[in-house]
This record gives sequence, C-alpha cells and structure tokens, in this order.
Amino acid sequence: MVLLQLALKNIMGAKLRTWLNIFVLAMSFILIVWGKAIVVGMGDQIIDAMKDVELGYGGQLWHPDYDEEDPLTINDAHGSIPDELVPGIEAGQIVPILMATGNIYPEGKVRSVLIRGISPDQQILDLPSSVLKDRKGVDYPALIGKRMARKNNLAVGDMVTVRWRDTNGVFDAREVEIVHIMNTVVYTVDVGQIWFPLETLQKMLVMPNEATIIALGKDTGIAGDLTGWTYKSLDDLLANVLELLRMKNGGGNIMYGIMFSIALLAIFDTQVLSIFRRKKEIGTLMALGLTRNKVIGLFTLEGSLHGALAFILGGILGFPFFRYFAVKGYAMPIEGDEYGFALGNVIYAKYGADLLIGTTLLLMATVVLVSYLPTRRISKMTPTNALRGR
Amino acid sequence: MENGTLVKTKGLTKSYPIGGEHFLALKGVDLEINKGDFTGLVGPSGSGKTTLLNILGVLDNPTDGEVEVLGEDVKKIKAVAAARLRSKMLGFIFQTYNLLPVYTVFENVEFPLLILNGWSAAKRKEAVMQALEWVGLTDKVKNRPAQLSGGESQRVAVARAMVKKPQLILADEPTANLDAENSLNILETMQSLNKDLGTTFLFATHDEKVIGFLKRKVTLIDGLIAADEAGAAA
Ligand SMILES: Nc1ncnc2c1ncn2[C@@H]1O[C@H](COP(=O)(O)OP(=O)(O)OP(=O)(O)O)[C@@H](O)[C@H]1O
Ligand SMILES: [Mg+2]
Repeated sequence: MVLLQLALKNIMGAKLRTWLNIFVLAMSFILIVWGKAIVVGMGDQIIDAMKDVELGYGGQLWHPDYDEEDPLTINDAHGSIPDELVPGIEAGQIVPILMATGNIYPEGKVRSVLIRGISPDQQILDLPSSVLKDRKGVDYPALIGKRMARKNNLAVGDMVTVRWRDTNGVFDAREVEIVHIMNTVVYTVDVGQIWFPLETLQKMLVMPNEATIIALGKDTGIAGDLTGWTYKSLDDLLANVLELLRMKNGGGNIMYGIMFSIALLAIFDTQVLSIFRRKKEIGTLMALGLTRNKVIGLFTLEGSLHGALAFILGGILGFPFFRYFAVKGYAMPIEGDEYGFALGNVIYAKYGADLLIGTTLLLMATVVLVSYLPTRRISKMTPTNALRGR
Repeated sequence: MENGTLVKTKGLTKSYPIGGEHFLALKGVDLEINKGDFTGLVGPSGSGKTTLLNILGVLDNPTDGEVEVLGEDVKKIKAVAAARLRSKMLGFIFQTYNLLPVYTVFENVEFPLLILNGWSAAKRKEAVMQALEWVGLTDKVKNRPAQLSGGESQRVAVARAMVKKPQLILADEPTANLDAENSLNILETMQSLNKDLGTTFLFATHDEKVIGFLKRKVTLIDGLIAADEAGAAA
C-alpha cells in the first residue's frame, strides 16, 4: 500500500521523466501494433484475394502430374474432366482450367506465357471470364491483366500471335484478339498469363474435354480424390500460399523487426537509464531503511504504472491513427508487383485481439523487466556505494 | 554489550580498493558510544570521520574488526535486519543531504514515518510539522529540494533524521552550510532531544559552534583515534 503511494508520488513528482517514459512506451506500443497490423493486414489481404481470384472456396482437383512450381510439368499434366462434374460445371460452380506453355510475339518480340483456358460461364472465381463468351467475328478472344498489357504494350482490340505445341508436340500458331484487360491485384493470374475460353483452348491443344486443374465452389460436396484427380483442400492450397508468403514476407517482417527493435531500444534507454540515474535516490531509500525487496518492488511498480499509463495514452493517441489505417489503408511504398504478390497498392491494417493483448503483455513484461533488473542490481550495493552514484 | 552502550567497535578497519591497491581509511578504531552521549568526531579532512559514521549507520561494511550497533553485529547482519535497524532506530544526516528530489520538503521529512508502520496520517503530519519547526522551515513545506538553498536542504535533512526520534542520530557535518543563527537553533533542538528523550548523537564536524555543544570529543587522525576527551558542554 505504502509502495503504491510512493510509486504514485514518484510518478507525479517526476513530471518530465514520467511523461518521457510514458510517451516513449505509448509510441512503442503504437508503432509495434501498427507495424504488425500492417503485416497481418497484408497477409490477410493476399490470402483473401487469392481465394477470390485464383483458388476458389471449395478446394481444387489437380491432375496428379501438375506441379505449380515446375512449368515443365504443365504440358503433361492434363486429363479428362470426370462426367460426374458436368452438372456442377454447367451451373458454373465447378471450373476446369486447362493450362499450357507457349509464346506470344508482341511487336516482333518473343515472350513466354502460360496459356489458360477457363469457362466463360464460371461463377466462382473473381475473374471477368464472361468477356470470353462467343463474339461475332472473333475466333480467338483473349483476356489478359493490366500488368501483362503494360509490359507487352497491348491494348483492347490488338491482335497478337500466340504459338504453342499441341498434345502431339506439333507447333501451331494463331492471331488472337485481346478483348479485355482486367484490373486485378492478383499477380499470378496476370503477369505472363493469357486466358482463352476453355473450349477454344481444348481445340487448340487437341485436348477435348480435358483440364489441368479444377477449381471447386463452396458447396460442391467434393472433398476427396476422384479417379485421375487429386483433391487439394483450401487449406492445402493456402499452405502453399502461406509458405510463399512467409518467404516473401521478409520485407514486412524486417520492417516490423526494425520497429520492434527501435521500440525496445527506446524503452530500454528511457527506463534503464532513468533508473541508473536514480542510483543516488535508491541509495537514499536504502539508507532511510527501505528494504531491498521494497526498493525493487517500488521501482518495478513504477515501471508497471508507466506501462499501464502508456497503454491508456497509446490507446487514446493510437485509436484515430489505427482507425485511419484500418479504414483508409496504408499506401505501400513499394508497388505490389515488386512484392510479387497479390497486393493492392493500399494495405488495410488489421488489429486482432491477439495482437493488441500480445503487444500489451509483451511491452508490460519488457517494462517490468527493464525496471526490475537494474533496480535489483543497484539494490545489491551497499547504501554508500549506491549513494556515490557510481 | 553492556546495558547503555549503543555502539561498540574494536579494531575496526576499513580499506578502500583504489586501482590495484588498498587504501586504509580506518586503521583499527576502538570506540564506545553510550546511551545519552552527545559526542563529536573531529579531525582533519580525510581522517575517516564519514567512513566511520557510514559503518556505524550500517550503510557500509567494515573490512575487519568488531562493530556492534544497537545490539546488532554489523559484520553479520542480514540486509533485512539492517534495513529495519536503519528505519526504526537510526537517523542519519548526510554531508551531502541526499534529499529525495521529486518529493516536497514535507514529503521528504515524512518519508521515514511512512515506511514505519503504525503512523496515521494525522500523527505523521503533526510530527513532520514539529520537526520542521525545530529547523525553522515551516514556510517551505511545499518546496522541492531544487527550490531550496544549501542551508535549507541541510535543515530538511536534519528534520528528516530527527522526525521519528530515533535512539541514535549520526550526523555528518550537520551545520556545514548553516549560518550562526540556524546552527544554534538546530544544535539547541538536538540538545533538547538529547536531554528530554535521551536521544544519542554522534557528529562528524569541524564546526567550532558544534564543538562548543559537545559532551565528548573524539579526535580522529589518519584513521586512528588520537584523543578521546570531555567536551565543552560536559
Ligand atoms: N569510496 C572511497 N574509495 C576510496 N577512498 C575513499 C572512499 N571514501 C573515502 N575514501 C578515502 O578515505 C579517507 C577518509 O575519507 P572520509 O570521507 O571518511 O574523510 P572525512 O574525515 O569524512 O573527511 P571530510 O572532513 O573532508 O569530510 C580519505 O582519504 C578518502 O580519500
Ligand atoms: Mg566527511
């Protein structure tokens, strides 16, 4: 009780020191929460976009030879679409996608591309596939993304030569027409990709009724392998993404790590130094008969109170700041493209309860520790040595 | 320890490490302080007065020899018992005041009572105001140490040591920064505490005014007691 009274007195008496400590702690709290919320928001955003645009919500069936990380396997990974899927396909809830490698020749240059066939009537992926529906006078309608268009200087209505090998290994080529340029945050359906109607591509490759992967809508009831097809649950698919994300996320984590270190350094600096500067005071307290444990308790309590006040101040100062970044988002200093992921240019921060509680506990533990340890060390000295302030 | 003996040292030495060497600041001090004494340690600067007071105040460890303070063996005393001794029985006045910087004058003087159990707020206030009256500082209760002159700080330190009326007050140059009037005030207060309550005082001092009040004068030269004689007020 007396210790609390003394701690409060010290805190209120040392106005500047108290405010400095609390301010630094509050800023650290804000910085850490914000940094992590951006990283979390970024991850969630990537995953949501991938689900919407590329993965679907019901998992996928993969041809057993398909390996998304090995382009050389793609031309061999195709098989007949099982009959039992036809009703689902017609309803747009099951979406076979056929893939093949090829080249395009924009402005006389040659570029490797992944050619993809998708049903124009599909309902589950957030891709403007309906633009590939039959059009008068367009035999080979093609859909590309804005990055692909920019890179190859292609516009709607442009014709471009596409060359591929069919199922027998024979080269073939056609002039195709760009009918639409889609604006998507998902890099992997855009860069180096060109989309055709599924049936058109099946004809081009001489692979009637075949596909490479089959994306499933939410309620197809399929949750296991079919003959000739391997089932990948959404979690399996995401595991890949998450793994990639973890690797790619280095940038975000480094940013977070730097913020965290700055915060810890600032806390360490203000707390530890302010305690070492109070050596003489500690010596006085001991000389006046405060026991060692009480001295340690007093300073640790002060540290904890700093932490608690910082939490309140951090909440007050942080709330509008946090809100801004949750609602308006954070404009990435790098383009999502350079990041190599499905990223908009604006990241919306996500503050989970675990983040807030975790950061609070972490900072509390830090501030208690950086109060406790130096005080313990000083209070081991004789009062005269502490009083000398050395 | 005989009844009535508050402090007893035998062959007390204190060495300070300096670089690789040791400096012997006390070279074998035999001293007894009895209850009710009003004793001064005098001697040239550097003779070991502060060193001796610190050890008797259980603020520093002796290097060798025997030291008993209020029945406790200082060489063996545990930290908790030492803290209890300091808070309950001892008052210490530092040469450098050592006031708590964020506390007001009132709070500084109140502190020793606050850490003793059993003092109500009203009783504390009464005792603090009384102690501040002894040192003539009742008009500065709300000042902080940074807002005091050197002499005023010293008077606060004196009030802080005396407020709980301890058995033994160890005072290191308590009048060094005071003018004649304040010195006399404080000395008279100490003298009356000594007379009325039997509080024992041990000073380290150069001050002739203090020396004039002493019942007993112990001269320390170069870490040894050179003379132990009756004082001017004996
Ligand atoms: N921490 C220390 N480390 C090394 N030497 C010390 C230390 N403290 C004191 N000394 C030395 O011990 C001797 C006695 O010092 P002390 O402070 O006891 O003297 P004093 O009699 O109180 O002097 P003054 O009248 O100037 O206050 C001095 O020579 C001093 O240099
Ligand atoms: Mg001295």
